[in-house]
Amino acid sequence: MDWTDEGILLSLRRHGETGAVATLLTRKHGRHAGLIHGGAGKAARAALQTGNRLQVTWAARLSEQLGRFSWELAGASGSVWLHDPLRLAGVSAACALSDLCLPEREPHRAVYEGLAAVIEGLAGQDWPSLYVRWELGLLAELGYSLDLTSCAASGATEDLVYVSPRSGRAVSRAAGQVYHARLLPLPGFLLDDSSGDRQAVIDGLSLTGYFLERHVLAPQGRGLPPARSRLVDRLLA
Amino acid sequence: MAGPEIEHLVQLLARLPGLGQRSARRAALTLLKRREQLLAPLAAAMTDAAAKVKTCSVCGNYDSVDPCAICADQRRDPSLICVVEDVASLWAMERSGLFKGRYHVLGGVLSALDGIGPDDLFIDRLVARASAEEVAEVILAMAATVDGQTTAHYLVDRLANCHVAVSGLAQGVPVGGELDYLDDGTIGAALRARRPIA
Repeated sequence: MDWTDEGILLSLRRHGETGAVATLLTRKHGRHAGLIHGGAGKAARAALQTGNRLQVTWAARLSEQLGRFSWELAGASGSVWLHDPLRLAGVSAACALSDLCLPEREPHRAVYEGLAAVIEGLAGQDWPSLYVRWELGLLAELGYSLDLTSCAASGATEDLVYVSPRSGRAVSRAAGQVYHARLLPLPGFLLDDSSGDRQAVIDGLSLTGYFLERHVLAPQGRGLPPARSRLVDRLLA
Repeated sequence: MAGPEIEHLVQLLARLPGLGQRSARRAALTLLKRREQLLAPLAAAMTDAAAKVKTCSVCGNYDSVDPCAICADQRRDPSLICVVEDVASLWAMERSGLFKGRYHVLGGVLSALDGIGPDDLFIDRLVARASAEEVAEVILAMAATVDGQTTAHYLVDRLANCHVAVSGLAQGVPVGGELDYLDDGTIGAALRARRPIA
């Protein structure tokens, strides 16, 4: 059996002398691995970098086999940022998180489209806000969406500045004042279409990081990937 | 087909990079045919290397003396340190014969996939070396890959308080390269690194 799809390279693990096992987030087939003959060789190395877009054909005799990819570079969208530490950290964090959080061979088109948008949007100034929204979307896609529409305590829809770490629901300033230290800050840009400043992005990453770790990664005995921690460190620097 | 000694030799040879079972058998056969000229000297050389070669305590290079010949060479410029991922990269730099400073072998690159973090690399040792008064520049000769450049950016941060110039190797069109065959990332890097010709 075989299929053709487009995907974003999440990781590449050397297999043998020149082969490699690639993991891609594909548009129609979700996170999918496959063997690439010559994938660790000199000719393919420039193209097979994390975050690059590939047009792939996957083929195997049986669907449950690892299979092999034949591929063509559709866009060096990840490797063009090698010179930019913050954007490179963004690409690495998004790919590492996708690789870690998404189940294999389960289509998640919204996550794919979001990841593609984040990587394509790296040229703009407000990509960190886009990145935080993508993590929020990743949580929702995995079944742990945060309810940021109204206050969990009072039902108010205005002045929402906290999120309850227990319920994942927004809390208004008035209702949350007493529990300030125990609530997670909710950056305003997640409530509208604006873009957040550096502190707001860091708050947003703390928020999504908390729920990703608690709901998605901790049950698997894992923590947030080092690449994502490096992104936060870069933003804090 | 063959005795246990030969089979053992083939199995060991097959573990070497570039050799599979078939080529390991051919290599073993050649060694056995040319016992005096190849097998005995090779065995002696390997025994010698196993006994004498060690890792340089300064830079991480392999040599039979510690510090290695490069670190001990007084003609080399002590103000320049070139950081490489592994000894293979050091040898590649030495083959070019162009670099006259000293080296620091990092021992790999940061890699989430392989679980390699900053503590697994010789970064503290590099920071200590770069803090020495005689060092003026650290050249980061890391691979132009996501992991390689992530490591390079991390090293830039770690070297920030060492009061040294930190530079990286240029990226772009290789010698003999034609634009038509280059990927977008390489062309982008080459454009960013363009320089006046006249």
